[in-house]
Amino acid sequence: MGIISRAFQGRPRDHDEKLPPGQYLVHDFPVLSAGPTPRVPLDRWEFAIDTPEGEVHRWSWEEFQALPQETPTVDLHCVTKWSKFGTEWKGVSLDVLMEDVESAAEYALAYSYGGYTTNLPLEDLLDGKAWIVHEFDGEELAPAHGGPARLLVPHLYLWKSAKWVKGIRLLNDDWPGFWETAGYHNYGDPWREQRYQGD
Amino acid sequence: MDQLDYQDGNALAGPLSEIFTLDVTTAHGTCAGCGRRGVLAELRVYGPEPGLVARCPGCEEVVLTLVRGPKDAWLDLRGSVSLRIPIAE
Amino acid sequence: MIKRLTWRVATVTEIRQETPTARTLVFDVPGWPGHLPGQHVDVKLTADDGYSAQRSYSIANGDDGERVELTVQQVGDGEVSPYLTEVLEVGDQIELRGPVGGWFVWRPHSSPPVLLIGGGSGIVPLMAMIRSRGKSDTPFRLLYSLRDPGQLYYAGELEKVMAGVEVAYLYTRTAPPDAGRAPGRIRAADLVAYGWPPETAPDVFVCGPTGFVEAAADLLTELGHDPAKIKTERFGPTGG
Repeated sequence: MGIISRAFQGRPRDHDEKLPPGQYLVHDFPVLSAGPTPRVPLDRWEFAIDTPEGEVHRWSWEEFQALPQETPTVDLHCVTKWSKFGTEWKGVSLDVLMEDVESAAEYALAYSYGGYTTNLPLEDLLDGKAWIVHEFDGEELAPAHGGPARLLVPHLYLWKSAKWVKGIRLLNDDWPGFWETAGYHNYGDPWREQRYQGD
Repeated sequence: MDQLDYQDGNALAGPLSEIFTLDVTTAHGTCAGCGRRGVLAELRVYGPEPGLVARCPGCEEVVLTLVRGPKDAWLDLRGSVSLRIPIAE
Repeated sequence: MIKRLTWRVATVTEIRQETPTARTLVFDVPGWPGHLPGQHVDVKLTADDGYSAQRSYSIANGDDGERVELTVQQVGDGEVSPYLTEVLEVGDQIELRGPVGGWFVWRPHSSPPVLLIGGGSGIVPLMAMIRSRGKSDTPFRLLYSLRDPGQLYYAGELEKVMAGVEVAYLYTRTAPPDAGRAPGRIRAADLVAYGWPPETAPDVFVCGPTGFVEAAADLLTELGHDPAKIKTERFGPTGG
């Protein structure tokens, strides 16, 4: 620890049982960027799921909108230590999207317009734990927050909730994504504070 | 505004000084994506959180990432063919 | 032997208010190795429970022993700049690491004319270059883009006539009555009127918010300046 700067507080450190260890609460919605924000016209937007067995399932924007929609309200936890409670989304559960997908794969790699990738075990996308969302707080999802559509996996750190999602590739072997190969934890459970590799 | 949220590669100088004794921002490199040559100081740097991501100003591919944890730093030169680093006498 | 940079304790010896929201902090940094104009430092603040925060700032003064000056603009929701601009007092201590950055620097022995283009607090590293010019006969021209006269840094110093340094103020929103230029963002005509022609092959340094630097660098290359002679320091949307 360095020398103490007199009267320096920094941001508040909160103690709330809804907060995972090391997190603090925000009321705005910070935007972190690792690259330019992709702009995806809806008439060219497509979402796909493919499997190692060679199946590909695709949805246009209209087909995606016609699927049963859910409105999850969830807490978000970013690895940079901010958390945001009670965010309201609208989108399609991965359970719906995976309904007709036949595969023995155990891993998933989400990939995005703009080139971002993130990996997670397939089971973390199923059983009501993940959505492809296109509305936030009653409004269409802004590009800065991942619009037209992003993955939402709120039980893991937010980098797993890929912005500008384009598809999910199911894999027999785990394939670490953008931050997972750059030093961040492969799984990213905020309650176990799995921030960096080795945590 | 969100298209203009990057800095120059100059911003890598402090974080990289934790790792290297020489100033690597003046090193010449070649982008593995498009072959553009230039110094690291001219890259477009996004971050600093969750990590520094330096992209080629020509093709926007990632040239370098630097993640700093409490005890370790991870430097990934995934998009750089090689670096020519000036070493003063 | 070369060593990696370490954090050094810096003690505030003087504070000068530049504008209502920006001030210059003068530090005494024992062991400071000296610096080149254009380089920056990392600043680290540590709270009594160990929490710490870091930011990077350009150095405002020329090389001057163990004296380091930073000019800090308050940025709304930051945790470092409000502390530096409102809380820090003479005698207080923080930590500095540097100097860092060997690209965006002017080396006083270089000979071509120098063109400095600064937007807002982008003036800071350019001022270090002007202050380092000393008795050099390298001619300098500075184009300083700022919102209105109230945002001017280093007012007294810049307004004094400096032989060999020509300064043009480009007000973007409100100009004083005698400005002779309608308020507005930097345009090609400004570079023609107040800059150096491309044929003189000046060393060009552009610093400011990313949008400003993009605009200025594009205008320069359109006018025929060699991109290899243009060095830039973009500090993001606001420079926070």
